[in-house]
Amino acid sequence: MKVDESPTIASLFEEIKSQADSHWQELFDSGQPVIVVGTATCGRAAGALDVLKAIRDELERQGVDCPVFEAGCLGHCYAEPLVIIGKPGYPPICYGYVNPVIAERLVKEFVVGDNPCLEFVLGALEANDLVPSFADFPRATYEKKIVLRNCGHIDPTDINHYIANGGYVTLSKALQMSPEEIITEIKDSGLKGRGGAGFSTGQKWEICRNTPGRPKYAICNADEGDPGAFMDRAILESDPHSVIEGLIITAYAVGVRNGYIYVRAEYPLAVERVRIALRQAKKLNLLGRRILGSDFSFDIRLFEGSGAFVCGEETALIASLEGKAGMPRHRPPYPPTSGLYGKPTVVNNVKTLASVPQILTNGAAWFASIGTEKSKGTAVFALAGKIVNTGLVEVPMGTTLRQVIFDVGSGIPNGKRFKAVQIGGPSGGCLPESALDLPIDFDSLTEAGAMMGSGGMVVLDEDDCMVEIARYFLEFTQRESCGKCTFCRLGTKQMLALLSDITLGEGTQADIDILKALARDVKTGSLCSLGKTAPNPVLTTLRYFEGEYQAHITEGRCPALMCQHLIAYYILPNKCERSCDACVGTCTVEAISPNKKRIKVIDQEKCVKCNTCLMACPPQYNAIVKLSPPSEVPAAEK
Amino acid sequence: MNPKAKTVTQNNTGEEVSAEKEARDRQETLKILKSFGRKRENLIPILQKVQARLGYLPREAMMEIATHLGIPEIDVYGVVTFYNQFRLNPPGKHSIRVCLGTACHMKGGYITLDAWKRRLDINQGETTPDREFDLDTVACVGCCTMAPVTVVDNQPEGKVEPTKVDGILLAFELERGAEGQKTVR
Ligand SMILES: Cc1cc2nc3c(=O)[nH]c(=O)nc-3n(C[C@H](O)[C@H](O)[C@H](O)COP(=O)(O)O)c2cc1C
Ligand code: FES
Repeated sequence: MKVDESPTIASLFEEIKSQADSHWQELFDSGQPVIVVGTATCGRAAGALDVLKAIRDELERQGVDCPVFEAGCLGHCYAEPLVIIGKPGYPPICYGYVNPVIAERLVKEFVVGDNPCLEFVLGALEANDLVPSFADFPRATYEKKIVLRNCGHIDPTDINHYIANGGYVTLSKALQMSPEEIITEIKDSGLKGRGGAGFSTGQKWEICRNTPGRPKYAICNADEGDPGAFMDRAILESDPHSVIEGLIITAYAVGVRNGYIYVRAEYPLAVERVRIALRQAKKLNLLGRRILGSDFSFDIRLFEGSGAFVCGEETALIASLEGKAGMPRHRPPYPPTSGLYGKPTVVNNVKTLASVPQILTNGAAWFASIGTEKSKGTAVFALAGKIVNTGLVEVPMGTTLRQVIFDVGSGIPNGKRFKAVQIGGPSGGCLPESALDLPIDFDSLTEAGAMMGSGGMVVLDEDDCMVEIARYFLEFTQRESCGKCTFCRLGTKQMLALLSDITLGEGTQADIDILKALARDVKTGSLCSLGKTAPNPVLTTLRYFEGEYQAHITEGRCPALMCQHLIAYYILPNKCERSCDACVGTCTVEAISPNKKRIKVIDQEKCVKCNTCLMACPPQYNAIVKLSPPSEVPAAEK
Repeated sequence: MNPKAKTVTQNNTGEEVSAEKEARDRQETLKILKSFGRKRENLIPILQKVQARLGYLPREAMMEIATHLGIPEIDVYGVVTFYNQFRLNPPGKHSIRVCLGTACHMKGGYITLDAWKRRLDINQGETTPDREFDLDTVACVGCCTMAPVTVVDNQPEGKVEPTKVDGILLAFELERGAEGQKTVR
């Protein structure tokens, strides 16, 4: 596809760019404060829409007309809802844990008045003398934002924001390069797929480009089925154009006219924002026929998944696009040689695609200089579970797990002890304290028994049972197994039954050996990585935490006090305060009543172990405990 | 099946559906089918649209779709039962989706699910007899940081523990009470 009208592409884009710039500049030229509310799904769950409404209402009451826009996720999800106020004369300040009352105060006192309400500040976006900036946070030393660079700063529903911040420039330049040049650049950068398998992106494109057969297809895999990961959601909700631009460039390099973005059904907001973004890109002719006046045409269709984990696997995803049940098929042939409708097809993850424009802008050498010898660039992680700073982080490959969990994530809340970190979701594993100094890259995690996977990182503390988490993942993979391979379908079912027995206190020594043997068989007897990696959570917990399995089997005891069948709630009579009945009132099943001495007693028959009383018991008494095995509870003294 | 022959039919769960409702559902289905080409690749988008309109996928609708696309009915049924998103019985007025993703599970999502089951007196995958609520689980809605999450009428609610379950239900009850008064007045 030779392009010989390069001045036209450049000048056409220049026109779009200058319009976007002036649109963006208007926000700041008005001399008014600019208010930004983070309304990605994480913000919404914390009440961001109420905050947004409170801000709008208060501005109206005050008679102030200043720009307010919604942005995506800044990554500091622990402090949602987040509001950024950029007022002339002040650095842009980000406020955390905002609620409607605080929002009203911010408008009254800072937007209208002159009090920046320092008590609600999370951090400033720029270095300044007034408030600490995000750059001063300890985590800033480790973070490097490439894929997440725009997230939370721009309005994802306004293409001008993206363009004014350097978006689509790369596309206009790429259209003036030859496809081969682009592929070489991506190959040289060392970019590997971020969807799990870690295959060289440049090579994948080259294979697809060189395979005869038309039409070819390009697919963005945004199925993100790992049930503890949300990076792709956050990117699509916060900066959808970066992914779209990456996909257009992919299509140009590979020689594709039709593309798809396959988004998971459980992400309605991401679907909506991608839909808006596609429409806007089309309107500016950055997508569609003869893009920017070149002779390259490309269209993207948005396809919503229907809730099946296995559809994240590329061949299952393709079956799903064809209107069939999403069952993986044997590879080879791999999709780049035979994919959608048997035609050459590239499938790339959201983060892979979002990295592409950055690589072409800054050069392969720049990207290759980040990360380790074998794994280049950055890794995006979703931190969740028992960690102080839940949210999104992006760090160079090679950063250690300890740095991510303790320095970026600020460690474990409530003074609890770290126990394990679950990486890579159902295909990954649980790594213990001793593995924390592993550098994060594709190879070292696999060696430790886990997997880079998609980037979900769930931190577990002393209250989390390792047998239970293994059971949880097996339950997940067993349910999501498409049923094609016997070992995956029946093997995971048997493994789940054994693990359930253990968590019920009914396991035997022999079960451990059977689990290990089954794990080996399921790994070898399955077609796709769903089955091939399903035993990983079991194998890693057995490898690093066999003692916990033993406690369940030999003593009927759950050391983490989590397995419901192996624990009982008990009120310590010497600690229970006669005059207090906090637990009695909150008990959801009326299982607690005072005895003659007005000491509260739990009726073990009625108790449903919902943990409500334990949380209601005032900290100065701390009279309610969990005991394991349940036989530890003294005979009732009613 | 000749719709005139009977005045009532049964839906997938064996409940009786009036002839008018059935005719209305059929109209809606046909209207949606008209906007799609007869290509197999449209099957999933069609099913999604029909479910969005009707709330579930009645047997008659699945049969219409099979005819429209010229594929065996079993293929439609196979796809419907393969994907978690499709439902074969009518939904409640309010949908309750308890997240059992990794983060939510480890932070007590299973306890929250128990609380919902206890309060609504139904199992996951079921609808209350008065059709007010349907209860199901979902594997991660992407706001793990607010775990445990319950999605109430498509709106994710963070930190839903058993006491918050009661709070949410109370709010619905109050709302219903207020509506009841309005109709009385
Ligand atoms: C069970 C299973 C689930 C998967 N889920 C995803 C997913 O949610 N997102 C994704 O990008 N890749 C997923 N993959 C990997 C894809 O098959 C494929 O390798 C990837 O989309 C290629 O893109 P990349 O080269 O950019 O990583 C999954 C693989 C398996 C076996
Ligand atoms: S695990 Fe519940 S939202 Fe992710």
